[in-house]
Amino acid sequence: MEGFLNAIVLLANFALVPGLAYGSQLALGALGVTLIFAVLRFSNFAHGETMSIGAMVTIFFTWALQSWGVSIDPLPTALLALPVGIVFTVALVLLTDRLVYAYYREKRSEQVIFLIASVGVMFVTAGLIRFIIGPNDQIFTDGARFVFSVRDFRDATGLDEGLALKTTQLVTLVTALVCVVALFLFLQKTRTGKSMRAYADNEDLATLSGIDAGRVVTIAWTLSATLAVIAGVLYGLDKSYKPFVFQELLLPIFAAAIVGGLGSPVGAIVGGYVIAFAEVLTTYAYKRFLGHLLPDDWLPDGLAQLLGTEYKFAVAFVILVITLLIRPTGLFNRRSA
Amino acid sequence: MTRNSRARTVLPFVVFFVLVAMTGFLQSWTVALTIMNMCLVSAIMALGVNVQWGYAGLVNFGVMGFTALGGLAVVLVAVPTVDEAWDLGGPGVLFGIFILCATAAVTLAARTLVTGRAARALVTTVLVLAGLWGATTVLGPSTAAIEGVNPALQGFLGGLGLPVLLAWVVGGLLAAGAAFVIGKIALGLRADYLAIATLGVSEIIIAVLMNEDWLARGVKNVVGLPRPVPYEVDMRTTEWFRDLASTLGMAPIPLSSVVVKLAYVGLFAVVLGLILWLAERALASPWGRTMRAVRDNEVAANAMGKDVKRLHLLVFIVGSGIIGIAGAMLTTLDGQFTPSTYQPLRFTFLVWVMVIVGGAGNNWGATVGAFLVWFAWVEAEPVGTWLIDWTTIALGEDSEIRRHLLQNAAQMRHVVMGVLLLVVLRFAPRGIIPETDRT
Repeated sequence: MEGFLNAIVLLANFALVPGLAYGSQLALGALGVTLIFAVLRFSNFAHGETMSIGAMVTIFFTWALQSWGVSIDPLPTALLALPVGIVFTVALVLLTDRLVYAYYREKRSEQVIFLIASVGVMFVTAGLIRFIIGPNDQIFTDGARFVFSVRDFRDATGLDEGLALKTTQLVTLVTALVCVVALFLFLQKTRTGKSMRAYADNEDLATLSGIDAGRVVTIAWTLSATLAVIAGVLYGLDKSYKPFVFQELLLPIFAAAIVGGLGSPVGAIVGGYVIAFAEVLTTYAYKRFLGHLLPDDWLPDGLAQLLGTEYKFAVAFVILVITLLIRPTGLFNRRSA
Repeated sequence: MTRNSRARTVLPFVVFFVLVAMTGFLQSWTVALTIMNMCLVSAIMALGVNVQWGYAGLVNFGVMGFTALGGLAVVLVAVPTVDEAWDLGGPGVLFGIFILCATAAVTLAARTLVTGRAARALVTTVLVLAGLWGATTVLGPSTAAIEGVNPALQGFLGGLGLPVLLAWVVGGLLAAGAAFVIGKIALGLRADYLAIATLGVSEIIIAVLMNEDWLARGVKNVVGLPRPVPYEVDMRTTEWFRDLASTLGMAPIPLSSVVVKLAYVGLFAVVLGLILWLAERALASPWGRTMRAVRDNEVAANAMGKDVKRLHLLVFIVGSGIIGIAGAMLTTLDGQFTPSTYQPLRFTFLVWVMVIVGGAGNNWGATVGAFLVWFAWVEAEPVGTWLIDWTTIALGEDSEIRRHLLQNAAQMRHVVMGVLLLVVLRFAPRGIIPETDRT
């Protein structure tokens, strides 16, 4: 019995808790992609860079706050700086929409043109980020490191294995929950949210019914950018901030959005956790986990790892391909592909 | 019927060659020729994307992966064989690869035999997992043995030791093969699904190349690849070279590097010319007309009895093959295979900028787009540094901001490329040399 408990705790510590945190970050990113897809009907390749630039501005303001001695210990100071990052990024994204996408919307260009335009936006944003903050790692996490550490857990339960919960992980989970609840209340209960869903379902009908298309687009960009900045900052707090990483995150984020069904908010959240857990569970080395469950002479020689950690992108991709082959509309989508 | 006037096609090329000549006179001829070589390689990549996007409207965001496969071909073909590694791990690796292939074949066969969705999914999962388990069990010890052979210099299987020019063909075939598999899966879906799927495949190809050390040394890189042109040091001892140096009155060291680069320019120009000629022939042929019909109205072309899926697959394979050839040429030019240098911005999206700016659907447009964009990409660095140096001079020599800006000045090239793409897409969506309207 104790072996079983130890095994569960071990798995929770190294796979479930990190998976939950990573899944929440992916879900927030995928929500941003899916909202833009629902309203503007294109896959925004600049989304990773939107996350990155929002996180960058937040980091600068965090450093400023730290140098002024402002702190909300034990929580990371970056949470205080987050609104500044959000306001800046929303303004930037809305400006981009005016300068770039509005023209193609008016012309009713094909969605591929939007796609290529988003590549241009990605280039500009990536260049600005690397020009301003440079291509290196930045660490901006402060406050308490753990809510409870492995040692605390062991002392409290008397088990051999311990479970730690990092502050950043707890912050990620709580923030993601708040964001998702707020987003769904907005989409389901408010007039504006309903008009957004109506516009996403049928653009022409919604416009004819007197819904202001420009307003819907503005709100979609605002929400997408807000979620992107939150996702970017949480990811940066949890791991570390590195401009290149966000481009690599684009694949799991798109995979999450597609698995759930592009354009479906519920799908984006489910997709985020599906991708995250698939990545974590297939790249986890089960040797010690099995050690608690099996007799010694049954143990495998190797690490009992399905796939090297380097190949976690491949997991996201394989799930993406399976979705495309079996159910191209995703799990939660009514619209055809 | 509007055809481009001859001047519209020729003028951009003239501008480009004047720019290169200016670089030659102002900076140095070595720099100018280095740029020229990269321009030629980039033009071939751009032609590959142009075949896919310009002819058929397919969005391939996996250019980086196909380029890297071309580079891998150089290692596999031209590097001398590491016999010891083959003795220790060769059979195991071959057997592992055989198991993987057999798994794929058996799974596909089983899927046609078994009926019912759930049963099919179950059979597929079981077979794939069993195959993966078998392959990793066989591969593990063999790859470990291979990587143990003289790890500082070798630790991989090496290649076949064949002439490096053969690798350019193999690179194309390797990329075309990969494109066949990807195309089978992702073609026929929405445009953005293909874009995302190809982006994903390219990331995975790079991950494999970076981590499978037994294949091509991973991040430890393969250096000193064989060259199709003579080495500078050897050349300097030859008779004709000394004569040439005394006739031109140039110092031997810079002259030898110029001669080598000129040799590459010649080789690359031949390949580019050949591909351009073939691409133009294809565009003017009935096949090209069918392709345009499919691109402009898929439903109508389908109704006229054209097999859209097959045409898309073919054009995707051909385009990716061309990119693979360019990838092999690039690695040959570098003389080393470095998987960690493959970045999507540089190898995928920059090529897209070239095609859009040059003129999608027009091969001359894609070529000149590649020339001009690569020139701008390279020269943005010195110009950017100079510009920032000049504008921040007021801050004083030891200003922290000035130092930081100067350090990151090279990153401004991304901004320049993005703005260029957006401006062309908005104000001249058909590019520098627009597609010829044919009736």
